Amino acid sequence: MAGASAKQVLFEPIFSNNPIALQILGICSALAVTTSMSVSIVMCLAVIAVTAFSNLAVSLVRTQIPGSIRIIVQMTIIASLVIVVDQILKAYAYEISKQLSVFVGLIITNCIVMGRAEGFAMTNPPFLSFLDGIGNGLGYSAILLFVAFFRELLGAGSLFGFTLLTPVNEGGWYVTNGLLLLPPSAFFIIGLAIWGLRTWKKEQVEEADYTLSAHKVKEAF
Amino acid sequence: MEHYISLILKAIFVENMALAFFLGMCTFIAISKKIEAATGLGIAVVVVLTVTVPVNNLLYNTILREGALDWAGLPNVDLSFLGLLTYIGVIAAIVQIMEMVLDKYIPALYAALGVFLPLITVNCAILGASLFMVERDYTFSESVVYGFGAGVGWALAIIALAGIREKLKYSDVPEGLRGLGITFITVGLMSLGFMSFSGISL
Repeated sequence: MAGASAKQVLFEPIFSNNPIALQILGICSALAVTTSMSVSIVMCLAVIAVTAFSNLAVSLVRTQIPGSIRIIVQMTIIASLVIVVDQILKAYAYEISKQLSVFVGLIITNCIVMGRAEGFAMTNPPFLSFLDGIGNGLGYSAILLFVAFFRELLGAGSLFGFTLLTPVNEGGWYVTNGLLLLPPSAFFIIGLAIWGLRTWKKEQVEEADYTLSAHKVKEAF
Repeated sequence: MEHYISLILKAIFVENMALAFFLGMCTFIAISKKIEAATGLGIAVVVVLTVTVPVNNLLYNTILREGALDWAGLPNVDLSFLGLLTYIGVIAAIVQIMEMVLDKYIPALYAALGVFLPLITVNCAILGASLFMVERDYTFSESVVYGFGAGVGWALAIIALAGIREKLKYSDVPEGLRGLGITFITVGLMSLGFMSFSGISL
């Protein structure tokens, strides 16, 4: 992507080259935190910050890193950034950091961070890498917030903790859909989101391994 | 003993790393197209988890934990903020050492598992297990059992998914759902199935 404009680098990952929907990166640590919007937003901010700054740092030292130990160097940079984020969350948003539990730590092994450091920051100048980090973080956030929106709205009848659809057990009319608060629903929502995205952007459709052969009518006589 | 059996059953079925906590999803979805590959990766994960979780447990309890440096005359030192860096370092180092040892002494196994080992360093299930171990305050023997159980659970899930996907490729899936989309929905259904284990406790 040499010579790519800053705008392209920033916005491409959101829909056209979404890290989750197209590259299957970074689903690992994310889905368990999507039961409510506020928790997901904190998680998104944490991931954007880590991807952006790790890209920046890796790009700054990219000419100095010997090829054979680059993974360890990247890993150390990412882990240090995650520790900073984790400590900040513990200091200023303790309740949410309790809810995120181990998933903040798991940003280290989030393939997006590692993948962008290895795939983009190692070969591009710092400013573009920084933007690429933000772009990919936003692409990740888009999916995460989309999933969280449906899970919280339909599962608990609220958004950001404010009740929008008053549930039956609080005297309202909305029968909450408990399934959406359970882990499997996240998979369904992402699967359907990918379906929607690929219907919109046809070029992302994968080739089928086998196709049905055309139906031939054989006369019986 | 009963406690350990309960712990291992819980780690394999109830709190399945892949299907209940979404850990190791990238490799889970990327390497589950063929049963052989999935089995290889699954075994590698079991081995690595059984080794790294106890090692991290020892490190946490003797060095990092608040007051753990008592034996060195530093009772007030709390190094637990260095945890993340330590665990990932330990995991990367152990995977590397294992690769070299296997290459030297058991070449047949290395040929089978070799390509998967580097992938494992960035597999969230490995780091996740260490973090859960710290959060739940397991003792050393509990951490051995937990590491093994978590690995077996993950391996079971990926082999099952590979089995389903091998059959699924003959089916006529709507265009946009092909490949990744239908895989997500399959995993969702498997995850629903595994939820039926949630009542188990000994």
